[in-house]
Amino acid sequence: MSVSEDDVRRIARLARIAEPKDRVAKLTGELNGILAWVEMLNEVDVDGVEPMTTPVSTPLPLRDDTVTDGEIREKVLKNAPKAEEGFFVVPKSVE
Amino acid sequence: MPLDDATHRYTLPGATGDWEIVVGLEVHAQVQSNAKLFSGASTEFGASPNTHVSLVDAAMPGMLPVINRHCVEQAVKTGLGLNARINRFSRFDRKNYFYPDLPQGYQISQFQFPIVGEGEIVCERDDGSRFTVGIERLHLEQDAGKSIHDLDPDATYVDLNRSGVALMEIVSRPHVRSPIEAAAYVRTLRTILRYLDTCGGDMEKGQMRADVNVSVCRPGQYEKFRETGDFSHLGTRCEIKNVNSLRFIMQAIEYEARRQIDIIEEGGKIEQQTRLFDANTGVTRAMRSKEEAHDYRYFPDPDLLPLELEESFVETIRVNLPELPEAKRKRFVEVLGLSEYDASVLVADKDRADYFEAVIAKGADGKLSANWVNNELFGRLNKEGLGITDSPASPEQIAGLVGLITSNVISGKIAKEVFEIVWTEGGDPEQIVESRGMKQVTDTGAIEKVVDELIAANPDQAEKVKVKPQTLGWFVGQVMKATGGKANPQAVNEILKKKLGV
Repeated sequence: MSVSEDDVRRIARLARIAEPKDRVAKLTGELNGILAWVEMLNEVDVDGVEPMTTPVSTPLPLRDDTVTDGEIREKVLKNAPKAEEGFFVVPKSVE
Repeated sequence: MPLDDATHRYTLPGATGDWEIVVGLEVHAQVQSNAKLFSGASTEFGASPNTHVSLVDAAMPGMLPVINRHCVEQAVKTGLGLNARINRFSRFDRKNYFYPDLPQGYQISQFQFPIVGEGEIVCERDDGSRFTVGIERLHLEQDAGKSIHDLDPDATYVDLNRSGVALMEIVSRPHVRSPIEAAAYVRTLRTILRYLDTCGGDMEKGQMRADVNVSVCRPGQYEKFRETGDFSHLGTRCEIKNVNSLRFIMQAIEYEARRQIDIIEEGGKIEQQTRLFDANTGVTRAMRSKEEAHDYRYFPDPDLLPLELEESFVETIRVNLPELPEAKRKRFVEVLGLSEYDASVLVADKDRADYFEAVIAKGADGKLSANWVNNELFGRLNKEGLGITDSPASPEQIAGLVGLITSNVISGKIAKEVFEIVWTEGGDPEQIVESRGMKQVTDTGAIEKVVDELIAANPDQAEKVKVKPQTLGWFVGQVMKATGGKANPQAVNEILKKKLGV
């Protein structure tokens, strides 16, 4: 498996990272190096072995259905570049 | 009308021949719970913006989601109510996309291993006929926040109160064949969820929204698809996002089908895309931002372990399932002897069914109670724009009233007067009848006396009846008038016939 320069541009766009124009070729090479390294795992024979989802063998902890949080609007909005009347205010984003 | 009533086949005529439509729906139903799916913030509707938000819902760095047990139970309960397989192993994945009302930059959902697998529900069309829709899956996921675009011409306001509320996405098979069936499916689903108490089902409050997948094909193609399961027999589908009323669902399907037919007939090709329905114009249009966003790059959420359910967890929910609409309808017909129509009307709304059950729990006759609840009570409620839960007449009062009719204390006509008093003034029907002298006169002596007086006073009419027996009605009316409507109609008829010799 390998990625092309177009793939790298696309991945950047999907992740909302500015297109690394002057570094696309270099990044593509680095990413392909990582992928090739990970591909070594394919040498392991996993026929008939169930895929492991997690190395942790405890069950998922469950919480009771009670209201224990919230009502902290000031904290929630504290880091917002802009807030008004209790709302976050962001650049117009509508279809 | 494109709908053939006999076969329920919905066809749309085109320039090159007839077309049929195929519809599948993804319904997002808000889980009824106190707290959110992965945080302890409240789910209450209508609060001030950003008050029901925890640091988890706002996606602050370092926050970890912890799943709400009750939401899991609600999903399992719903799955059982949809006659579906419960997957005792399921897993949460991240669905990645960017939008201002999604602070995490991803939605926690279930992609590869949903909590509920295949099921099916029986739906009812307006004419009482039924059809079955397959359920492909149900999975748990987080709702997003809410963007408000009309507070400022240049800015969007974001409220995260809804962010993180639990949703069940219920995905149907493409077994829906007309706009009417789509509405019937969503209505049936809503009724089931309301019976299960797993979702409020209020579309105006956004508790249920639907994504509607529409494609068109030539007659016969759908049958081939059903036989083989091969989607290539069907047309390319378009998905209409976030439609929030039954009427809009029907309108969107009608518009979208016609749009696709026009494109194909002009030699074009349908492009698989996500579209929006504009309720103001009745038109669907392509969503620009979604062109690329279809690449969600799902992967297992590393913050959450797989959800593994004990068999006893599922069984406890199964044995405590309430009676569902379909079973209730059958019982009303088979055990209580109600007509199919009456049973369907009662069962269609859980509050109505509960009210009716409360009436018959007081020992009132089933059929007569159904009649009174469906006609008099619902008629009056509709007229005054009230819901059943706001009814001024209680089930006990209706039961009392029905009891008085069954035991011949009052006639059906007087019962309507008593109902009026119960509605406006309140009180116990039996006491009302007693204190206002509304009891039916079944004392034949008293009725005979009235009849004798009437015959003596109207000899011409009496002669007429002997020639034309159908004019007996005039005397019946007079007796009723003289007794204030309290005479037992059957007794009056018998006495009149005897006295007049007809």
